[in-house]
Amino acid sequence: MGIKHLEEYRDPELAKRLIDRIGKAPHRPARLMEVCGTHTVSIFRSGIRSVLPDTISLVSGPGCPVCVTDQRDIDAFIAISRLDGVIVATFGDLIRVPGSISSLQKERADGRDIRVVYSAMDALDIARQHPDQQVVFLGVGFETTAPTIAASIQAARMQGLANYLVYSAHKTVPAALETLVNAPDVRIDGFILPGHVSVMIGVNAYAFLTERYKIPCVVAGFEPADILSAVYKLILQIDAGRPLLENAYPRAVTPEGNRRAIQIMEDVFEPVDAVWRGIGVIAGSGLKIREKFADMDAAVRLDIQVPESQPPKGCACGDILKGSKTPLECPLYQKRCTPMHPIGPCMVSSEGTCAAYYRYHQ
Amino acid sequence: MCLAIPSKITHIDESGMATIDVQGVQRQASLMLIEDPEVGDYVIVHAGFAIHKLDEAFALESLAILRESLELATLSESAS
Ligand code: SF4
Repeated sequence: MGIKHLEEYRDPELAKRLIDRIGKAPHRPARLMEVCGTHTVSIFRSGIRSVLPDTISLVSGPGCPVCVTDQRDIDAFIAISRLDGVIVATFGDLIRVPGSISSLQKERADGRDIRVVYSAMDALDIARQHPDQQVVFLGVGFETTAPTIAASIQAARMQGLANYLVYSAHKTVPAALETLVNAPDVRIDGFILPGHVSVMIGVNAYAFLTERYKIPCVVAGFEPADILSAVYKLILQIDAGRPLLENAYPRAVTPEGNRRAIQIMEDVFEPVDAVWRGIGVIAGSGLKIREKFADMDAAVRLDIQVPESQPPKGCACGDILKGSKTPLECPLYQKRCTPMHPIGPCMVSSEGTCAAYYRYHQ
Repeated sequence: MCLAIPSKITHIDESGMATIDVQGVQRQASLMLIEDPEVGDYVIVHAGFAIHKLDEAFALESLAILRESLELATLSESAS
């Protein structure tokens, strides 16, 4: 039993009418980028690509947190797991990402203590149960996840837990979108903005995209009708030549976002330059643990030695994350690189574009 | 990673952890990131934390607006 509105958003009739409207709307060719990995998967699963007019192409963006994590950070995770007296706690989709010389999965098979958790709070529980070891949570994710990790750091401080550490490789979305808009090899006519990052940061956080760059932007939810109504709004904007920032997910996303969550995030983290896989350094797009919580910062507390990192040879994840290539243009796709034997992170994560193509693209 | 299905808060303990019901499955979620949670609220949950409280009446209203705008677009088309 769900709630009533949810069933109605799943009404196939509603989706059909939206498809019909999109088909009839006059429009020029448009490249729309869905920024969020969950959107990518939802678009594939629901078959939205195949029902849109040929003139509208959907390109996937940098919205899979594991995929955009730099190779050096993946190698740092592996180095941490090799330290004595350390238990690594991580979300499941990081486990199989290949580092330069190993992966967390291989390290676990070699006997390192690496545990998959569902929530940062589970990592706190592990820390409580193992007071004589250091529990290091691998913090990967955008503004949806970063406040949850920040909350766990605050909780650890309140509970006086001295053996809970976080390695923060968190990233923030708006700065990355700005970089893409300015990238010479990327053409985007409109953004389908992420649903749950927007729950946190609010619609207003993207205002600069329409004001400064005149890019049509619509925040979307995850049901097919949500995504279709975002596409519909975007093509109407493009057709009218009037870029706007609209919200097609108002039941979850407000103009200001979740202020409480953002306050907690800002209490614990401060902006820092961060390296995104394939994109490079984006100023102020990372989150570093603030000085006052330095005793819980794994990067400060631990001696993490990372050898020279090697991104996987021949992997096109970098271009795929910018929307400038599709997996079909990667020579390794489906040949040497499959979900069983992933070469790059875009094939590992369930939200990765290569994995979505592999599962759903015919 | 984003779970789009709203979950219902069925119990809140003293430490601010909630038991939530996700389509019949019971899970734990922290309520640290939302204001004034109550048993019976529907919430969006991400990585073990409730991140948004849904207002059903508002959700239905925005749905009605969407349907209406589609209606209007179809009408204006057949009129022209
Ligand atoms: S198919 Fe594999 S090797 Fe090619 S871009 Fe995707 S993850 Fe990288």
